[in-house]
Amino acid sequence: MLDRVSGALLEISDLQAWYGESHILHGATLHVNEGEVVTLLGRNGAGKTTTLKSIMGIVGKRTGSVKFEGRELIRLSSDAIARAGIAFCPEERGIFASLDVEENLMLPPQVRTGGLSREQIFDLFPNLRERLKSQGTKLSGGEQQMLAIGRILRTGARLLLLDEPTEGLAPVIIQQIGNTIRKLKEQGFTILLVEQNFRFASTVADRYYIMEHGKVIDEFANSELNQNLEKLHEYLGV
Amino acid sequence: MFEFCLPAILGGKCIPSAALFGQLLIGLINGSFYALLSLGLAVIFGMLNIINFAHGAQYMLGAFTAYLLLQLTGLGYWPALVIAPIVVGITGIIVERTMLQWLYKLDHLYGLLLTFGIALILEGVVRNKYGSAGLPYTLPDSLRGGQNLGFMFLPNYRAWVIGASLVVCFGTWFIIERTRLGAYLRAATENPTLVRAFGINVPRMITLTYGFGVALAAFAGVMAAPIYNVSPQMGSELIIVVFAVVVIGGMGSILGAIFTGFGLGVIEGLTKVFFPEASNTVIFVIMAIVLLVRPAGLFGRRA
Repeated sequence: MLDRVSGALLEISDLQAWYGESHILHGATLHVNEGEVVTLLGRNGAGKTTTLKSIMGIVGKRTGSVKFEGRELIRLSSDAIARAGIAFCPEERGIFASLDVEENLMLPPQVRTGGLSREQIFDLFPNLRERLKSQGTKLSGGEQQMLAIGRILRTGARLLLLDEPTEGLAPVIIQQIGNTIRKLKEQGFTILLVEQNFRFASTVADRYYIMEHGKVIDEFANSELNQNLEKLHEYLGV
Repeated sequence: MFEFCLPAILGGKCIPSAALFGQLLIGLINGSFYALLSLGLAVIFGMLNIINFAHGAQYMLGAFTAYLLLQLTGLGYWPALVIAPIVVGITGIIVERTMLQWLYKLDHLYGLLLTFGIALILEGVVRNKYGSAGLPYTLPDSLRGGQNLGFMFLPNYRAWVIGASLVVCFGTWFIIERTRLGAYLRAATENPTLVRAFGINVPRMITLTYGFGVALAAFAGVMAAPIYNVSPQMGSELIIVVFAVVVIGGMGSILGAIFTGFGLGVIEGLTKVFFPEASNTVIFVIMAIVLLVRPAGLFGRRA
């Protein structure tokens, strides 16, 4: 395991989570340093999405510790967690059918200063500019993903939780999402990414955590990827 | 004075214009109350997923609050029009915080039964204290009298009720469909968990929405007080028709509630002129037809 960097932006320790009676996370521990892109890898059902949802406080029950900028979030409601400066982009994108593109884009309130302006978002995702008055769910899958990421960039949150942003998208769109994530990293955003598409993850991530059965079982940096490829194939079953 | 006649195939009945427009006005007045009440029900159902059977009782509480303000403090119609919706809205907020909030994840039936029980309790308590006979509430001086339009006499108070209802209904529609607050409400109706994860305090928004819906009912109650007698059963008499209006318009549809409320009031009024025997049932016949042809309602979205 890599040494833990003291004063990490996000520190999670012994995180346990339940959906009703189902115990999903069994003590996940990880950290994300400021300005990093960290990817959670693992097979389906390993607990990656639940980890993001537990950070945001949208699972039934959770215990352990989630510290953001040194502040404990485990007892806070999800709206208070968002206002602390964490933004979440869900796997299913969460575009609202009753809102047009502009309303979807402007929906999340600004929680801090320093969020991207509309123009900066349109520079990242030019397609959105032309579709502002379309119903949100009438966009293509790629455009919906751009909208889902674009709207959380306005909020000023410095930690972005992105859940499988490339799922079901064409290669050209995946490339565009990858470029966007690299630009966001350059601008100082910190990103915790859940991804099944390892090829994509390897183009953007600084570090990886491997999850299995609701726990983190391994961790390595992108620079150590070649030494760990065989192990990774075994973990992911590919 | 002129007459309107039905085609021969429909019986050829002729009606003087004054009678026709008089009934049309009564239809619009009833439609105003249908629209205000069904609008509150639509807002509450859309946001809370609760079929608020207490809505009629809350309308009645609005009228009684106006009556009590006048009797106990001497505050008349205009202050009551502001104070009663706030007071009754606050009681709604208490009901939501203490009872309704536990039912959102359960079947609609639980919310319906709870609010039905609340309606029975409120009506029973008021009946015990004030009896069943209606209590009079005088017209505000500034709205006495009326205008002779040539083809009919238009009482000022009734014109005010129709105008105020239109303004409140379309004001509510504007807030929900055209403002940022409305966007929060519509988004939270679809996916409250995600809206909350964006940093919006959805539980507080739900509480205030219920309070607003209840306040709308109380506002309608105050406006109804000078027209109808203030009585414990004034809400239960109206609420069944209002539910039919909501079903015809489409559950949770704001525009549906407004247009159907006014439209059905007018249809009911015209039926009283041309076919009085059917006037009490025409709305329910329309509801049955709409349910057969378009189960989601005229303005509702299919699930």
